[in-house]
Amino acid sequence: MISAILSYEFLQNAFLSGLIIGFIAPLLGLFIVVRRLALIADALSHVALAGIAGSLYLSQQVLFFTGLNPVYFGIASAVGGSLLIEKLRGMYRHYEELAIPVILSAGIGFGAIFISLSKGFGSDLVGYLFGSVSAVSRQDLVIVIVIAIIVIAYIRFLYKELFVLSFDPDYAKVSGVNSKYIQMVFMVITALVIGASMRIVGILLVSSLMTIPVAAAMQQAKSFKGAMIYSIIFGEAAVIVGLIIAYYLDIAPGGTIVVTSIGILLFVLTWKKIQGKRNARIVEEGIV
Amino acid sequence: MTNHIIQLDDVSFSYDHSIVLDHIHLEVGEGEFWALIGPNGSGKSTLINIILGLLKPSSGSVELFGSDINSFKHRERIGYVSQKSNSFNSGFPATVLEVVRSGLTRKSGLFRSFSKKDEQKALKSLGIVGMESFARQNIGELSGGQQQRVFIARALVGEPDLLIMDEPTVGIDQQNVASFYSMLNELNRDHGIAIVLVTHEIDLVTDLATHVACLNRSIHFHGIQSDYKKMDDEDISNWYGHPVRRVHQFETEVDQ
Repeated sequence: MISAILSYEFLQNAFLSGLIIGFIAPLLGLFIVVRRLALIADALSHVALAGIAGSLYLSQQVLFFTGLNPVYFGIASAVGGSLLIEKLRGMYRHYEELAIPVILSAGIGFGAIFISLSKGFGSDLVGYLFGSVSAVSRQDLVIVIVIAIIVIAYIRFLYKELFVLSFDPDYAKVSGVNSKYIQMVFMVITALVIGASMRIVGILLVSSLMTIPVAAAMQQAKSFKGAMIYSIIFGEAAVIVGLIIAYYLDIAPGGTIVVTSIGILLFVLTWKKIQGKRNARIVEEGIV
Repeated sequence: MTNHIIQLDDVSFSYDHSIVLDHIHLEVGEGEFWALIGPNGSGKSTLINIILGLLKPSSGSVELFGSDINSFKHRERIGYVSQKSNSFNSGFPATVLEVVRSGLTRKSGLFRSFSKKDEQKALKSLGIVGMESFARQNIGELSGGQQQRVFIARALVGEPDLLIMDEPTVGIDQQNVASFYSMLNELNRDHGIAIVLVTHEIDLVTDLATHVACLNRSIHFHGIQSDYKKMDDEDISNWYGHPVRRVHQFETEVDQ
């Protein structure tokens, strides 16, 4: 397989993109999970679906759009959706979670309209929905690299502020952290990560790469930094194993990546349970 | 002359056409320990939120450390422990040290990482509240009383001149409340930190505080502790709107 990666550009694109999103999706995902915003990633990925479907439809109708990468549309609509969610959350301050089903439904609604209008897209759309090993272009890889640089810089430079906002939003406000601005950028960054990940994991499964490795990491880590490191390790393991299985079985990598990460989560949960029982026995025997 | 670190001048606050705070005047000087007492719904938390800049008063002016609150830039001079600290998400993956260090977020400056020095400061602050040995433990594994000490350490890490606490003992078992207040007393006496403490526990806290303010929509009493102690229970009951009897429990415990 290594010789195939070295020989074929599309495989290089897929694996490099995979390694990058295996890093940035769980990294940002940790902040999303601890802030209880996991469903927002889901809502935004469905808005990205509307953008992708819209772009594919337009490319059938208007010559100008034929050469345009649908990923741009997906990212733009996810960013638009993220700003709308923030606006709605502000309008329904006591029912902030209401913004999520509204935007999610809007995304699916528009997506369904565009898919129906274009009377099916065949393998193109399936690739966007569940990811693809063969469809990642060099241009897609460049988009992923640029987004990764933005995300890592954002977390590197605003780590303190993001931590305090995640742990205790009231305290963050009192201590003078510019919560509103950081939150707004956070939503846009989430949309960008979804845009970056959808070529590999697929729109429908993109949020799982942001949440499942984090769910496993939170079982293991005592510290926030530890949770971050575990999340990235589990994310990378899921992407690498998932891509290899997808390549050999010639199936969509989104499914194999997500199923691998579920496998990691189950392993961690079982391991923790066994450890807990062993510790209980040691304590018990110690007392006796 | 004492410099005022908080000065409320004719502050009123209304919400949905009902008056929550009515023409409040209050001055807190350096190194003073104020107990802000009053019945439920008397506007205590609203007043604290106004002092913290989370709510804007309908009228009147607020000055912090001699600057108007709207132009006040030195938020690190104020340490804050909220009522809700003990209801945070206990599954949050963070160590005690990480939580305390987050109190330096503003002071360290935007776009900068925490340094080794910041970690030392956090450990020192944990030492003040007697929690240094818990630094590497997950915050969720501690008891309510220990967590509240950690939150005080977070408020202290930036070396504030003023500590504002909104019912910090909610959720802490009674056994730990007395030692918690002794610690506050030490912070005020030995470190010279001014404290504004909102509380229901009038018996415990008014023995520790140097000053007392009784709020029920307006300020019914404010002054030094000894004057407050001279007041009749009947007067206090009138301010509260229901019978109140003070028992100097903490004083007795401390003396013993």
